[in-house]
Amino acid sequence: MNAGNKRNSGNAKKARRFFRILFARKEIVLCIAILLIMVFCAIFAPFVAPYNPYKQDLTMSLQPMSAQHIFGTDQLGRDLLSRIIYGTRVSFSVGIVAVAIAGSVGMILGLTAGVAGGFVDSIIMRVMDAMMSIPMIILAIFLGSILGKGLGNVMLAVGISMIPGYARLMRGQALTIRESDYITAGIICGASTLRNVITHIVPNCVSPIIVLMTMNLGNAVLAEAGLSFLGLGINPPMASWGGMVSDGNTFLNTNPVIAIVPGIFVFLIVLCFNMVGDAVRDALDPRLRGTL
Amino acid sequence: MKSKFVKMILKRVIQSVIILLLVTLMVFLVMQTIPGDPIQIFLGPTATKEQIEHYTKLFGYDQPVLVQYGRWILGLFRGEMGRSVTLQKEISEVIFQRLGATLMVVLPSFILAVIFGVTFGVAAALNRGKLIDSVVSFVANTGMAMPLFWLGILCIYFFALKLHILPVQGFVPPTKDLAECIRHLIIPVGILSLGPLASFTRQTRSAMLEVIRQDYVRTAQAKGLSRWDIILKHQLRNALIPIVTVMGGALGHMIGSTVVIESIFVIPGLGNLMITAIKSKDFMVVQNVVLILAAAVCFCNLTVDLLYGIIDPRIRDSK
Repeated sequence: MNAGNKRNSGNAKKARRFFRILFARKEIVLCIAILLIMVFCAIFAPFVAPYNPYKQDLTMSLQPMSAQHIFGTDQLGRDLLSRIIYGTRVSFSVGIVAVAIAGSVGMILGLTAGVAGGFVDSIIMRVMDAMMSIPMIILAIFLGSILGKGLGNVMLAVGISMIPGYARLMRGQALTIRESDYITAGIICGASTLRNVITHIVPNCVSPIIVLMTMNLGNAVLAEAGLSFLGLGINPPMASWGGMVSDGNTFLNTNPVIAIVPGIFVFLIVLCFNMVGDAVRDALDPRLRGTL
Repeated sequence: MKSKFVKMILKRVIQSVIILLLVTLMVFLVMQTIPGDPIQIFLGPTATKEQIEHYTKLFGYDQPVLVQYGRWILGLFRGEMGRSVTLQKEISEVIFQRLGATLMVVLPSFILAVIFGVTFGVAAALNRGKLIDSVVSFVANTGMAMPLFWLGILCIYFFALKLHILPVQGFVPPTKDLAECIRHLIIPVGILSLGPLASFTRQTRSAMLEVIRQDYVRTAQAKGLSRWDIILKHQLRNALIPIVTVMGGALGHMIGSTVVIESIFVIPGLGNLMITAIKSKDFMVVQNVVLILAAAVCFCNLTVDLLYGIIDPRIRDSK
C-alpha cells in the first residue's frame, strides 16, 4: 500500500516535471495550441465547416476570397475553407495511424530481434536494412502503387515505410538493457524471458519510442501530402491538403490561393509536430538529443 | 596496412551487396502480388487473346516466378534489366538516360546544402544565444517542415509567373544550351537544397557546441593559434563525424525527394520515370528504378564509412 503510493507520487512528480519542461517555452505552447485547434476541427468538421466540402456548384467555380468564401472556391465551386477543415481529418488520421502501425510492428520486430538474437536477429535486421536502403518516400510510393489509392492504403504504405526506424531503435535498447545487472539478477531468480521482457525491457524502451513517434508524426503527414500531390494518395473527392495543392496548381496563374493556402496548413502542422517532437524529447529524456 | 578499417570497409561492401540482393527479392515478391497484367494494360481492351499470349511469351511473363526472378538477377549482373513493355526500350538504357537529369538536380543541391549548412551552423554555434543563432535556428526549423511540392509551386508563382525572371518548368540538356539549362535548374536545385541545408545547419551547430569547450581547444588558444585555425582545424575537424553521418542520410533523402521535384518541374529524371511507370503499370521499370535508388543509397552509406577513416586517423589506423 505504502510502496504503491510512493510509486504513484513518484510518477506524478515525473509527469509534473515533464509538463513543466514541455511548457517552459512559449513557442511550444503555441504549437500545442495550434495542434489542438486542428484536432478540434478534425473531430467536429461537420459543425466547424461553413459549407459541405463535397458540394459542387459550377456557377461558383474559382471564386476569389470573399466574406462568404474566406479562401474562395475551387474549380468545382467547392468552398476551400471547408475542404481544408475536412483535410485535417485526413492529415491527422494518416499521421496517427501510420505512426501507430510503424511503432507497434517495429517495436515487436526490434524486441524479437534483440531478445532472441542469433539467426532470428540477423534475418529481421537484414530485412530492415534492405527497407532502410530505399528512401522513405520512394518506399511509400512503391508500396502505395501496389496497394492502390485510398485512405487505408496510404496509412499502410506510410506506416510500413517507417517500420525500420522503430525496429532498429527497439533492438538497440533491448540489447543494452539485456546486458544490465538487473536482468541478470532476474534470470538468476528464475524469471522467464517473457517476464524479463515485459517487466524490464519494454518499460525502459518507452521514452525513446514515444519521442520517435512524436517526431515521426510530421514526416507521416508530409509523406501523405506528397503522395496525394503526386496523385498516388487519397482518392478524390476526399479532401487532402496535398491533393488540393495539386488541383490548384493548374490555376496558379489566375487563382494562386487554391494551391498556396492548403500548403500553408501542411507546413504549419508539420512544423508544430516537429517542434513538439523536439520538446518532448528534451522533456522526456535529454540524453536522446543527437541520436534522435 | 591491413588494419581493422580496411577489413571493416570490405565487410561493409559485402553487407551492401547482400542488402541489395534482399532489396531485389523483396521488391520482386511484392510485385507478384499486384493485380492486373502489364501486357493487358499496355495492349488495351481491344487486344486479342493471341496478341496477349504472344507478348506475354515475348516478355517472359509466362515463366514460373522463380525463373523470372532468376532471369532478372542474372540479367542485372550483365547490366541488363529487361525490356519495358510500355516504352518498348531496354530499361537499362532508359534509366541511364534519365540518370543524368536526376544527378544534375541532386548534386548541385547537395553541394549548396553542404557549403551553406556548415557555414550557417558554425556561425550559429560561435554566436550562441545571439540574434544570428536564433535566426539560423528558426530558418532551420522552418526549412525542415516545408513541404517541397508546395515550396516549388510558391517559387514558380513568384519567380516565373509574377516576376518573369525564371522559366516555369522544363529541362534543357546542358549540351544544348548551358545558360538555359542553368536557368531551368535554379528553382528545383534551390528548393531541394533547403531541407538538407536546414538539417546540416542544425547538426553542425550542435556538433560545434559539443567540441567548443574541449580542453584541446583551450590548449590551442593558449598556444596563440589564430581564431580561424582553431575553428577550422580543431573545432570543425572534430565536429565533422556526426555532420558527415547526417550528410550521408540526407543524400539518400534527397534522392527520394527528387521524385516530387521532377514531377513538379517536369524534369526527365528517374523520379519522373518512376511516377509515369507507376501510372502506366509498367512495374518492370518501377522495380528497377527502386533498385537503382537503393543502390545509390548504399553507395552513399559506404562513402560515409570511408570518410570516417579520412577524417579521423584513429578510426583509420585502429589495429
